[in-house]
Amino acid sequence: MRRTLLATAMAAALFLPLSSHAKPFHWASQGDILTLDPHAQNEGLTIAASSYVYEPLVQYNQEFELVPALATAWEQASPTVWRFTLRENVKFHDGTPFEADDVVFSVKRAMAPTSHFKAYVNGIKDVRETGPNTVEIETAGPNPVLLRQLTNVFIMNRDWAEKNNATQPQDFSKKEETFSARNTNGTGPYKLVSREVDVRTVFEENPDWWGATNKKGNVTKVTYTPIKQSATRTAALLSGEIDFVLDPAAQDLDRLRQQAKVVEGNEYRTIYIGLDQKSPELKYSSVKGKNPFADVRVREALYRAIDVEALKKAVMRGLSAPTGTMIAPQVNGWSEELVKRVPYDPEKSKQLLKEAGYENNLDFTLDCPNNRYINDEAICQAIVAMWARVGVKAQLNAMPRATYFPKVQSFDTSAYLFGWGVPTFDALYTLQSLIRSKGEGADGSFNYGGYSNPEVDKLIDQVKTETDDAKRTEAIQKALSIHAQEFGHIPLHDQVIPWAMRKNVNVVHRADNRLTMEWVTVE
Amino acid sequence: MVFFILRRLLQAVGVMLSVALISFILFQYVGDPVTIMLGQDATEQDRIELRQQLGLDQPAPIQFARFVGNALQGDFGLSLRQGQKVSTLLAERFPATMELSVAAAGLALIVGLPLGVYTALNRHSRLSQLVLTLSLVGVSLPTFLIGILLILVFAVMLGWLPSYGRGETVQLGWWSTGLLTADGWEHLILPAITLSLFQLTLILRLVRSEMLEVLRQDYIKFARARGLTRRAIHFGHALKNTLVPVITITGLQLGGIIAFAIVTETVFQWPGMGLLFIQAVQFADIPVMAAYLCLIALIFVVINLVVDMLYFVVDPRLRVARTGAH
Repeated sequence: MRRTLLATAMAAALFLPLSSHAKPFHWASQGDILTLDPHAQNEGLTIAASSYVYEPLVQYNQEFELVPALATAWEQASPTVWRFTLRENVKFHDGTPFEADDVVFSVKRAMAPTSHFKAYVNGIKDVRETGPNTVEIETAGPNPVLLRQLTNVFIMNRDWAEKNNATQPQDFSKKEETFSARNTNGTGPYKLVSREVDVRTVFEENPDWWGATNKKGNVTKVTYTPIKQSATRTAALLSGEIDFVLDPAAQDLDRLRQQAKVVEGNEYRTIYIGLDQKSPELKYSSVKGKNPFADVRVREALYRAIDVEALKKAVMRGLSAPTGTMIAPQVNGWSEELVKRVPYDPEKSKQLLKEAGYENNLDFTLDCPNNRYINDEAICQAIVAMWARVGVKAQLNAMPRATYFPKVQSFDTSAYLFGWGVPTFDALYTLQSLIRSKGEGADGSFNYGGYSNPEVDKLIDQVKTETDDAKRTEAIQKALSIHAQEFGHIPLHDQVIPWAMRKNVNVVHRADNRLTMEWVTVE
Repeated sequence: MVFFILRRLLQAVGVMLSVALISFILFQYVGDPVTIMLGQDATEQDRIELRQQLGLDQPAPIQFARFVGNALQGDFGLSLRQGQKVSTLLAERFPATMELSVAAAGLALIVGLPLGVYTALNRHSRLSQLVLTLSLVGVSLPTFLIGILLILVFAVMLGWLPSYGRGETVQLGWWSTGLLTADGWEHLILPAITLSLFQLTLILRLVRSEMLEVLRQDYIKFARARGLTRRAIHFGHALKNTLVPVITITGLQLGGIIAFAIVTETVFQWPGMGLLFIQAVQFADIPVMAAYLCLIALIFVVINLVVDMLYFVVDPRLRVARTGAH
């Protein structure tokens, strides 16, 4: 009896100081984490949740510079071979040690046919173990963005995955849910405690995390709850039931600024308008026999007719960063020079249209999503009105994203609003997908307007393999500036995303809209 | 009796099949889930492969036939959004919706019935006028707005009640219940009030008009002439006869409550089937939508069947007519 009492007292003495430091953190956004499998769904919130439990080889610091995670050092053994030295004495949450074999397994798992993370292992030819704590990754050609790609490739435990029959990401042709969708075993700063789909997902601090001593934040327990209605999210934040909202509604921001706290920052996503300049004739226009958008004067006229500052003020409530280029400031390759827009000038616009032979007789349909980007439909409405002022009749065709994306992806559009994010934080991602002519693989895969310039293509191909940083940046900027002079797309703004939180919460805003939990402090 | 039930069952199957068919035709227009599943970085090749994997490349009639075949074996496939079995997802959400719906229906009865009786008996009192005016508000304000108002007042301004979720739940076998914890009850109050308000008004007005009708009948006058107490007349005779249509309507409305819980569940983030459905619609998650619509149709069909059978039992005239025909 006495021994029990003593034990209880000791336990209390041990745990009391801990519990007084316990910092629970509740947060919410609109939808739930889709899965806890780190290679199954390429979606922002899901990746953020994966990053609490799992870690990549390399990661970004707060300035978006590459810093060590599970790899402590890396070097280029040859233009196509990267050698990584792995962190020692790291343990998975179930206690098994982290080994080179786990890296080989995980990278290959991300390359599996059912993986949705193939974009991040794109260009990898082979990955092999070269020692107890070294691995080599071989790429098909020189790949200057490999390290940036790898920040999204999370490392799992091979034995655990094999034991639980989870060696492949979710396969929808099988009738069973993968074990790894609800269970985790990572090396990261938080362990999964419980997961109730659409209700709550709870994580607790991993005391044995290798980075525990240098951890910046102090959150000990994380509870994520999806709250679909924005009004309910705001109410839950104001009543103190949750500490953080990732996606507060624009109309609530003034109130939240007074009664709570709002932190804003650029997203890495640029919103732009694409114009079909390749088809011999526009699909959705009464102009027949020729394509007005093939004429650079028409594209310039449409660009100059848009008052982007008015968009920012009236439609975006100040939450946008107007831009003249296709990449956001956080993306490698961006410059002050590129971001300058061609001025708003409706008179010049009318004159250009007249010269091109489209005085008051240009009409077409503008396709627009209505639930994908911030205020997407409202932006389109405003632009249609601005174009009307210079005598262009654009018809707005707004639709939900589930119907919008298949439509534009099958090139069934004449003009469309799109937003492009850059998860690798390198301009190649934009140049290759949006600006390069259609070619193999990712080349031109999102170039729905068909912009094409052989000189630009050559520059982009150079950017793909150039390993000299200065030369590479020069090529990026030259490609972007030629594209801008030819009005290949009409860039509008970078999205600015507000995060709302209680006054005692401090977070680091990230351009990829991910809340990094080990940087969060609760006072 | 057996033939009667068999015939109703056959009709029920017909109803279910047509619901499944109509929902499937609608699904051709909700859009393409593959694009959302793969995100914007996927290549065209990835999309084609996934479409084949999911069987979405096949013509609609074949998809439908396969869906019905699997559904008969209780297999609704995997949710495209979450990769989980649809049957598991629905089974997880079912208790939440049922508890909310039954609580709302109970609340509507417990409050609506006495108020209906009171307003019928005291037609000209100030309180009756007030209750009737307020009941107009209950009918005309959309559920969405009522929910938000309640949250604003009781969660944000007063801080008495939680604004979202179901609170702590206890697992009883496969049934998760929030009724065994204080936290669960606290979380139930606002959503139940929101969901019940419309039904409450309906019951109140129904009881009132039925009661007024009954009070005009001859047997009430005779009872009064006989010198029975007011209490015996009102509650022993009048109310009893009022209740038959009220119970029927309430029973039928239960199906409506379950189906219309969608809005309330969305406002309060109540993890029920309605919320699941709304999220499925945005994601074009066809297996979940199909299973949900079939389940709701099934609930309606079962409730109707039960009500029909109850008629058979309760109303002697029905029975006599049928035996007479034999």
